[in-house]
Amino acid sequence: MAEEAGMFMVHQTIGSVLCCKCGIPMQPNAANMCVKCLRSEVDITEGLKKNAILVHCPECDTYLDPPSTRIRAQLESRELLAFCLKKLKLKPAGVNLVNAEFIWTEPHSKRIKLRVRVQKEVLNGAILEQAYVVEYVQQEHMCDSCTRVQANPDQWVAAVQLRQHVAHRRTFFYLEQLILKHDAAVRAIKIKQMDHGIDFFFGNRSHGVKFVEFVGKVAPVRSRSDKQLVSHDTKSNNYNYKYTFSVEISPICREDLICLPPRVAVSLGNLGPLVICTKVTNSIALLDPFTLRHCFLDADQYWRTPFKSLLTSRQLVEYIVFDVDFISPEVNIGGSRYALADAQVARVSDFGKNDTIFNIKTHLGHLLKPGDYALGYDLHAANSNDMELDKYKNLVIPEVILVKKSYEEKRQRKRGKPRSWKLKSLNMEVDETTRGRGDQEKSNSEYEQFLRDLEENPELRFNMSLYRNKEYQPSEMASMTDGEDMPSIPLEELLADLEITDAEDEDGDMRA
Amino acid sequence: MGYGLMFENSCEVGVFSKLTNAYCLVAIGGSESFYSTFEAELGDVIPVVKTAIGGTRIIGRLCAGNKNGLLLPHTTTDQELQHLRNSLPDQVVVQRIDERLSALGNCVACNDHVALTHTDLDKETEEMIADVLGVEVFRQTVAGNVLVGSYCAFSNRGGLVHPHTSIEDLDELSTLLQVPLVAGTINRGSEVIAAGLTVNDWTAFCGSDTTATELSVIESVFKLREAQPNAIVNEMRNSLIDSYV
Repeated sequence: MAEEAGMFMVHQTIGSVLCCKCGIPMQPNAANMCVKCLRSEVDITEGLKKNAILVHCPECDTYLDPPSTRIRAQLESRELLAFCLKKLKLKPAGVNLVNAEFIWTEPHSKRIKLRVRVQKEVLNGAILEQAYVVEYVQQEHMCDSCTRVQANPDQWVAAVQLRQHVAHRRTFFYLEQLILKHDAAVRAIKIKQMDHGIDFFFGNRSHGVKFVEFVGKVAPVRSRSDKQLVSHDTKSNNYNYKYTFSVEISPICREDLICLPPRVAVSLGNLGPLVICTKVTNSIALLDPFTLRHCFLDADQYWRTPFKSLLTSRQLVEYIVFDVDFISPEVNIGGSRYALADAQVARVSDFGKNDTIFNIKTHLGHLLKPGDYALGYDLHAANSNDMELDKYKNLVIPEVILVKKSYEEKRQRKRGKPRSWKLKSLNMEVDETTRGRGDQEKSNSEYEQFLRDLEENPELRFNMSLYRNKEYQPSEMASMTDGEDMPSIPLEELLADLEITDAEDEDGDMRA
Repeated sequence: MGYGLMFENSCEVGVFSKLTNAYCLVAIGGSESFYSTFEAELGDVIPVVKTAIGGTRIIGRLCAGNKNGLLLPHTTTDQELQHLRNSLPDQVVVQRIDERLSALGNCVACNDHVALTHTDLDKETEEMIADVLGVEVFRQTVAGNVLVGSYCAFSNRGGLVHPHTSIEDLDELSTLLQVPLVAGTINRGSEVIAAGLTVNDWTAFCGSDTTATELSVIESVFKLREAQPNAIVNEMRNSLIDSYV
């Protein structure tokens, strides 16, 4: 203003006037009254709440924010301060908040005290600031969800029953890893392992629905849902239900040999009736091993005309390869490489005993070399009672269909040595009474098979998190010298497991 | 000394009346109590005249005058002018002036020797003031306000100014006016001094909201009490100086 313009300004000393009420000399202000007189005239805290009630749930340590939200806050924390101030409703009263702080009270007293400093404009423009104390009484009242849990801890509202009618549990091991990776079962109250499947229990119908949708995205399923009336409040017309979702996963698994029903084969463009299932996500990928044609079956398409597999991976037999002759060059079908080849194989059980040799076509020409071991389906000796197969007249059934390469020999050498990686697992309740000793061994071997599958197939590992095994000693591996190493998981793929209890923790940076 | 006056429920006495050493003008109000207070105090000494200026009752703020003359704004009607000429003593020159700032009472504060005016007043008006009122004219501001006529009130014996006036301004004004000045309030903390107070050399009238403290300040600075004026002024100055050191 004038100072900036360089004008000479006389230094102004503020004089003093007498307070118009009490007559003491003071600096002039907008009201021309000393602060004490002003305070005695006007009380800005009049009309503000000095007492309030907080409803607190002792079980979950939350405060009720009417009508139904709950706020979790520690004593003397910022969230609690904000919550308490909100209850005072200062803004509508026209005062401005300057400062607020807690006054210490004994927690047992169930009182929370706050010192609040507010400002308000009074008379002709003078702003008065005053501090006052607000006392909150904490009333204990259990919230609805805690009451329900207290009444019956196992109470569930929605149950999802996941079933797959096959003789093995490979799919469920895989699903378990997927669920862990995507945290799809965080809201589950209970997880129970059942015959041919798993049951998930949720406290809320929407959690159950979300889980069913998640499963629908990762596996070809069909589901149906139902509800059962539990209680009914006639006055408020509130109905409480128990909801159940029955989810069935298709029985087709990876590496299964399938004979397609004629209708399906025709609709897929005359795909050879014998196909191998190469990949199962929310759609099924089928590969004809002799023409190297592949196709996808959606969950809907599959369930319209459901079919079963002819032979499953339980029935895989080990073969030894004598000779491989390429028919066609290596091609890339849907992300995987295949090459059609003629091969001479013999069953390992026959090897050395007799001269039974099979000349077959195989799609694994790029993998196999003479002297390799391979796993395949023995159709020559199989007795298939499949109705679909009978429907085809004039069908030439090959004797052997090879499915994958076998690393059994190398595994023998490595037997008993721990792996460098490990997996987490869901904590499932297992019904002990219905299982016998044989079941335990069977499930162990199935799990071992699943782990081997993971090692051999990088695409299977894509969707799951593998963790570094701390007890693994890499030095032992160095002593192994063989020309062709069996497939193992490279170290970069492993995530450092986060240990909360460990004092000296790993760097814990998770690779995406 | 009249205090506790109310004009139709308003304590702003200086708006509805004009008091000088030679005459007193009072607005025409609903009740006679306002007029009768002035009558009682001044009736046998100076004429108390009921009037309106330009049809309004805010006569105290529209006209400026002392014992030598009275200046009226251009909004004054001829009848009012004639009425005033008739009622006032002959030595008082009544003059109507043409001035853009027509609220002369707000723009001009004067006693019988010196006048303070609004800084933007016309040259002719200034000459007219000097001529008619027989005073020395100074253009000044009070506490940064140009409406000197509102924010200060002074007589030949003392003066009261806006409470936010700084010490330097106070000294400067006091030197110009040659009377002791004090910064204070009227009507319970109001800063518009001349609106709440009307004063001449021996008496003053204040609104009903004026507190005892304010009354004592007024009595001492305008020397309305019978005590030694100098001692009181020094005592006042002492207390003022004490507080700002």
